[in-house]
Amino acid sequence: MATAHGGTSAGPPKAKRPRRAHGPTTPSRTPAATHDLDLLRQMLLIRRFEERCVELYSAAAIRGFVHLYIGEEAVAVGVHQALDERDAVVSTYREHGHALARGIPPEAVMAEMYGKTTGCSHGRGGSMHLFDADRRFYGGNAIVGGGLPLAAGLALADRLRGESRVTCCFFGDGAFAEGEFHETANLAALWGLPVLFVCENNLYAMGTALAREHAQTDLAMRAASYGMAAWAVDGMDVHAVEKAARGAIESMRAGSGPHFLEMRTYRFRAHSMYDPDRYRPKDEVEGWKRHDPVTGLADGMRTAGVLDAAALDDLEHQVSAEIDHAVRAAEQAPEEPAEDLLLHVTGRPEEAEA
Amino acid sequence: MSTRTRPRAHPDDDTTTYREALRAGLRDALASDDRVFLMGEDVGRYGGCFGVSLGLLEEFGPDRVRDTPLSESAFVGAGIGAALAGMRPVVEIMTVNFSLLALDQILNNAATLRHMSGGQLGVPLVIRMTTGAGRQLAAQHSHSLEGWYAHVPGLRVLAPATVDDARHMLSAALADPDPVMFFEHGSLYNAAGTLDPAIHQVDLDRAAVRREGTDVTVVAYGGCVSKALEAAEELAGEGISAEVVDLRTLRPLDDATFVGSVRRTHRAVVVDEGWRSGSLSAEIESRICEQAFFELDAPVERVCSAEVPIPYARRLEEAALPQPAGIVAAARRVGS
Repeated sequence: MATAHGGTSAGPPKAKRPRRAHGPTTPSRTPAATHDLDLLRQMLLIRRFEERCVELYSAAAIRGFVHLYIGEEAVAVGVHQALDERDAVVSTYREHGHALARGIPPEAVMAEMYGKTTGCSHGRGGSMHLFDADRRFYGGNAIVGGGLPLAAGLALADRLRGESRVTCCFFGDGAFAEGEFHETANLAALWGLPVLFVCENNLYAMGTALAREHAQTDLAMRAASYGMAAWAVDGMDVHAVEKAARGAIESMRAGSGPHFLEMRTYRFRAHSMYDPDRYRPKDEVEGWKRHDPVTGLADGMRTAGVLDAAALDDLEHQVSAEIDHAVRAAEQAPEEPAEDLLLHVTGRPEEAEA
Repeated sequence: MSTRTRPRAHPDDDTTTYREALRAGLRDALASDDRVFLMGEDVGRYGGCFGVSLGLLEEFGPDRVRDTPLSESAFVGAGIGAALAGMRPVVEIMTVNFSLLALDQILNNAATLRHMSGGQLGVPLVIRMTTGAGRQLAAQHSHSLEGWYAHVPGLRVLAPATVDDARHMLSAALADPDPVMFFEHGSLYNAAGTLDPAIHQVDLDRAAVRREGTDVTVVAYGGCVSKALEAAEELAGEGISAEVVDLRTLRPLDDATFVGSVRRTHRAVVVDEGWRSGSLSAEIESRICEQAFFELDAPVERVCSAEVPIPYARRLEEAALPQPAGIVAAARRVGS
């Protein structure tokens, strides 16, 4: 069994050299370079999508709570490289990145932010409750820790049916303090359920720093105590995330039970649009921004000679056009009439109750 | 706390206990649908905290009769997740008081996911638990909180009061596309009755008239139905003809049956083992007043539990609960 790596440093990871040495740019990219370009595109899409959300929120086009994932993109994108469409994903209220990485179209996510019928939850969920049953994306859970037991159940169903699927559950360091995490970790390990626990340790449970909420801040070590493989990963490095997720999932498909990955990451923006961000030093934020997962990958690709300014521009244009389209489509999409209010409360046809 | 009872061999096949009827329902469900599995604390080797699932582990194996850790939130949530994935789990919680440890999963997930996902996800799950007082188990094992659950859109809430309902409600509950809360009153497990051979399925949308009458309608559910029937018998001795309506389903309520009865009798007594304030009895009284106000010959009376955590001492516990004598007195007060 893998063990948690020691150390409880909350500081940014050391700057490192690009993980992969690529040859010079050629018209036919190597598979590795093509993959990197795809990773970059996905992370950039999440980043620019959320930056647009900030603008739209300021313009009051979208409302409610909006929790930005900016800074943590490498986790969603890296983990999703190891998942396939038969697998299930359970997420949190900071899930735009997970939803987009899962392949939910940006227009369906944006329309949900607008509360429109074309949204991926038909406008009933909003930013915190994105769902896509066809893609086995089970939310969008805004009760911290509340999605974890669901993940165990999804995995239990697979186990009972003899499927080799896995269920990936994202949650944060805040959820690690909830009983639901500990109950679920024990249950999943006890029953050998194929749950990939992806703990996005961004060092803050809303405004409460890791060391102010956990007596022992080495979360991977604590998870390992439940009898599952657990280790910490540099969550700012998409390659490291992908490698860890691939290793864990390969092992889980072979029947080795749940795995826990502590993704050491950081959110660059405030907890939500309401958060004045008074609880963390500015230089800490700036320090982590120097390890931006998006620019980190782009820089690495440039150094390796597989990305030039023109290619990056192209990518930015593609992503921007995709988001423009999503915003336009969301603005034009219909609102659900108030007469439909009581739909989807129960599955019975005569569902409106007196 | 358990009363472990071996299945009794009855000379007459149609005579059974509430516990045995529940077990037969579970056995049917497990045998007829391989998506069904039972999980909860001590449902397997122990045979169920109240003996309901005794023998099912041996019959269906540990995959389908699963003992869980004492983690109500995790195993109820796991039931929800398995239901999302197309299974038909039956989750047992020892008592309604313990269900509070899983309240987050029941309210924030089971009852909510369909709506929050815009109709994409359903949670066809049955959550069984014991409710109610009468066994001197004091204030953490005796409450009647089913009225709370009946407050929540998205849930169906059942309270089988007879052996027929104990026998047949589970299969109907498992056919429901939504989460079903299934409340078994602890005082009923040993109650014996005769199964009606004509009944093979039940309609969860309908309350049942358990005794017909013309002078007053007594509305009750779960463990209070037998008390209402006892009261009706006593009232009959005084020349008062009481109709007893068993709600059976606490959400959605079958207004037509109990309001229809009140329209005939013009008087109503509502019996509820929950506390009076903010209770299911208040909801039923409201609906009677809203729908049949001008049919009433007297204000509706309520017989509820006293507003006190249920005490241990027998005399005090009995005083805290609705009793036949209280129902009789209420029926007299409405002038029937």
